[in-house]
Amino acid sequence: MEKIFTSGNRGEGVRSDCYVEVVPGKDPLKVQLKSKVSSLYGQHIQKLAFHVAEALGMVRGLIRIDDQGALDFVLAARLEAAIQQENNNDKEFLLPIREENLQESPKRHPRITRLYLPGNTPKLMINAGVHSPAGIILDLEDSVAPAKKYEARFLVRNALRSLSFYGAERMVRINQMPAGLKDLPHVIPHGVNMILVPKCESAQQIQLVNEQVELLKQKHDIRRNIWLMPIIESAVGVIHAWEIASAAENVVAMAIGLEDYTADLGTSRSQDGKESFMARSQMVNACRAAGIQPIDSVFSHVDDQEALRWNVIESKQLGFEGMGCIHPRQIAVIHKAFAPEPEELEKALVIRNAYIKARAQGQGVIAVGSKMIDPPVIKKAEQQIQLAINAGILDPKTLNENTNN
Amino acid sequence: MARYDKLVRNAAGRSVPCLINGEEHIPYKGVGKHRPVGRRYGPPLSSCADYPADGDKRVPTLREALIRAGLKDGMTISTHHHFRNGDLLANQVFDIAHREGVKGLRWFPSASFPCHEPIVSHIQNGVIDRIEGSMNGPLGKLASEGGMAGVGVLRSHGGRYQAVQDGEVTIDIAVIAAPQADPFGNANGVNGEAACGLLGFALADAQYAHKVIVVTDNMVDFPCIPWQIHGNWVDYTVKVEKIGIPEKIVSGTTRITKSPDRLRIAELTADFCDKAGIIRNGFSFQSGAGGTALAVGQFFAQTMKERNIKARFIRAGSNKYPVKMLEEELTDYILDGQTFDLEGVRSMRENPNHVDTSPFTSYNYHGKGNFASMVDVVMLGATEVDVNFNANVVTHSDGYLLHGLGGWQNCLFARNTILPVPLFRDRIPVIRDEVTTLCGPGQLIDVVVTERGIAINPRRNDLVKKLENSGLPLKSIEELKKEAEEICGKPEIPDLDDQIIAVIKWVDGTVLDAVYKVKPG
Repeated sequence: MEKIFTSGNRGEGVRSDCYVEVVPGKDPLKVQLKSKVSSLYGQHIQKLAFHVAEALGMVRGLIRIDDQGALDFVLAARLEAAIQQENNNDKEFLLPIREENLQESPKRHPRITRLYLPGNTPKLMINAGVHSPAGIILDLEDSVAPAKKYEARFLVRNALRSLSFYGAERMVRINQMPAGLKDLPHVIPHGVNMILVPKCESAQQIQLVNEQVELLKQKHDIRRNIWLMPIIESAVGVIHAWEIASAAENVVAMAIGLEDYTADLGTSRSQDGKESFMARSQMVNACRAAGIQPIDSVFSHVDDQEALRWNVIESKQLGFEGMGCIHPRQIAVIHKAFAPEPEELEKALVIRNAYIKARAQGQGVIAVGSKMIDPPVIKKAEQQIQLAINAGILDPKTLNENTNN
Repeated sequence: MARYDKLVRNAAGRSVPCLINGEEHIPYKGVGKHRPVGRRYGPPLSSCADYPADGDKRVPTLREALIRAGLKDGMTISTHHHFRNGDLLANQVFDIAHREGVKGLRWFPSASFPCHEPIVSHIQNGVIDRIEGSMNGPLGKLASEGGMAGVGVLRSHGGRYQAVQDGEVTIDIAVIAAPQADPFGNANGVNGEAACGLLGFALADAQYAHKVIVVTDNMVDFPCIPWQIHGNWVDYTVKVEKIGIPEKIVSGTTRITKSPDRLRIAELTADFCDKAGIIRNGFSFQSGAGGTALAVGQFFAQTMKERNIKARFIRAGSNKYPVKMLEEELTDYILDGQTFDLEGVRSMRENPNHVDTSPFTSYNYHGKGNFASMVDVVMLGATEVDVNFNANVVTHSDGYLLHGLGGWQNCLFARNTILPVPLFRDRIPVIRDEVTTLCGPGQLIDVVVTERGIAINPRRNDLVKKLENSGLPLKSIEELKKEAEEICGKPEIPDLDDQIIAVIKWVDGTVLDAVYKVKPG
């Protein structure tokens, strides 16, 4: 009997996904669709399936689709992953890319929260942006089972092109080096803003990633910046933090992954985090020395929002500028806890207004009351204001009014 | 033979039959437009001389009670749904009818549940001609595919009371399952193994049915206190081994949602209510027992605690969450139509401020007013909403009839009606050009809250004005529809048969819409 090629998911709890089976054969192509939305999208899905098959050069055999309300970007990814296991050619089926997904993200994008999305679970991707994280991470690494790595690349690629994340920075965590290099062709030409390099241990790994990124950018004529965020997750990585942080111009932030790091130390994460204090502090120091953003690890107790809040307060005190999130409900807590205290914000606004006023009047020296204000203080004030806006405690509209006064 | 005729276009523009199952009905005229005249229906007079002086109305079996009540072809048999998916009685009633060779019954439940799947065979073998009540799950599927002889009639809880009170539906035999009763027929829902809290949905049945049978597995000596159902309405009482499955009566599965998307919808809803000035001292609200609705209640509770505000009353479907609010003195009262868990039952039993209500007090169109319109804000679900804010709660977009109306239509009369719904479910957009089935006129629906934005009905200019600088993600309903279609694609129009399988009644008894047969895929 001939082999059947499959992709996608089915069974209990599977939603917004589908399971595709490709049965090679000699008869002209046939598509069998079983879908919970067939009376509303059945014809459309049939058409899409033929369309994908044709684009990939499949004209014979049978495609079976078991659909649980998958959107087109999911259907197309599942179809392509199954068909290409048989075909194995270099053809692609690409849905149009959203205009907004071609935008570069700012170098100093406030990376306070980044929401991890397992790269092979479409239902978590679709609404991710509505929770307003600063960034989303389509993860190809630890959250994808080894057998699903192949199909996840197609899904992540399609998600990058088709989904709106409502202004969140679009990141992809590739696999650990060197396997991660093979992920890059699936993401670089498709609107990714930032690549996360997991378990990073040396500057050389960053250079290897960048060589590939440059090649792909040239091949696809991409001019926008694609940023890198190495993740330090080992004792060696911590020792090399400074080299990694300063390895390349496009390294704009660096994160620490404490689950793996503490395992590497032969311990585990504790409530007060004593075991990782040196590493975290060293991370912040290395990042500041390199002029990039230090980003803290995820907090894994999803249900304990109060513990999360304390964790963020400590993180902020250590000098971190952001944290990873494994659940959307963590986002607001982190934004709030990173936000300045009311007195801090008040002070920041006074400094900002004094600066704007002084500039408008052409004054070189800026003073608040009898105090002179230095450029780093102004920069700090701007940061505080941005944090407050992100946390939703300051309305940017009122800020403009202040500026006009 | 067609079971309906005289199709007309009603005031909502929907084509509906005026002759349904051989009876004349009035097409929908608009909200508050229908003012029937006449007198309330009266069941035959009874004389206490015909009943045992010692008050003992016990008969040995349910079968004997049904036979003594005169069970015969074509009768209307009513049951209530306080036992939800743990009901053991309705199926038995029709099994008995089947064994006695009775045909063509009208089943008039206050709601049906998946546990009533065995009724499918009684519809197929002719024991039941039609269901007038909600048709959930397997029964809805059967009806949708044209498997029921008569035309189904769906009424709201209030509409059911109205239909009984004005004589649109005459109940021949009411079978009332009671967690506690005495031989005289006094009964309540708060005590006993099958405790379900209250028996409000059986009130109309007790008052207006020609014959009333109370069945219990917990017969106590007279008097059974409290007597939520008065024995003075009751003809026969029956003691059986078991009337319900407790864990399915109070499922305990009604928990606050953990879905971040639904929590966002709930949070936006609560935020909207707060910024609209609805959450204030002495306000009232009603939200269902679904995961999202419960979450809205929790966000309300947070806000109320922060501000030291107290509600005057919560209308419920109660479970542990509103009970906690009552016990934390965040509300003076719970006015409760049905209890969903043991905490709700306990609270109703112990706390005099946890009050049982009925469709008569809360929803009845023939009442001299009712509670529904006195609630400040109600949160309701919907399967579809159209660009004119008309909503559907009974059919899915593929045409299948899968849910009942419950108190949904009645609740629309609250001062503010909010539908917290996802923008799409498994690819199917909730906001449509037109609803598959019209259950609620858009003029009564004020706000639609989705995870991607909030649409205020332009008729509510006061809310539009109040919220314009709120910072909330306000969008027009058309914008929301467009956004859903951008994500999901524009849905095809399902290929439905033109045969009508059920009608939707409005709260006043007029015919609001028809449900069509689905061509099985």
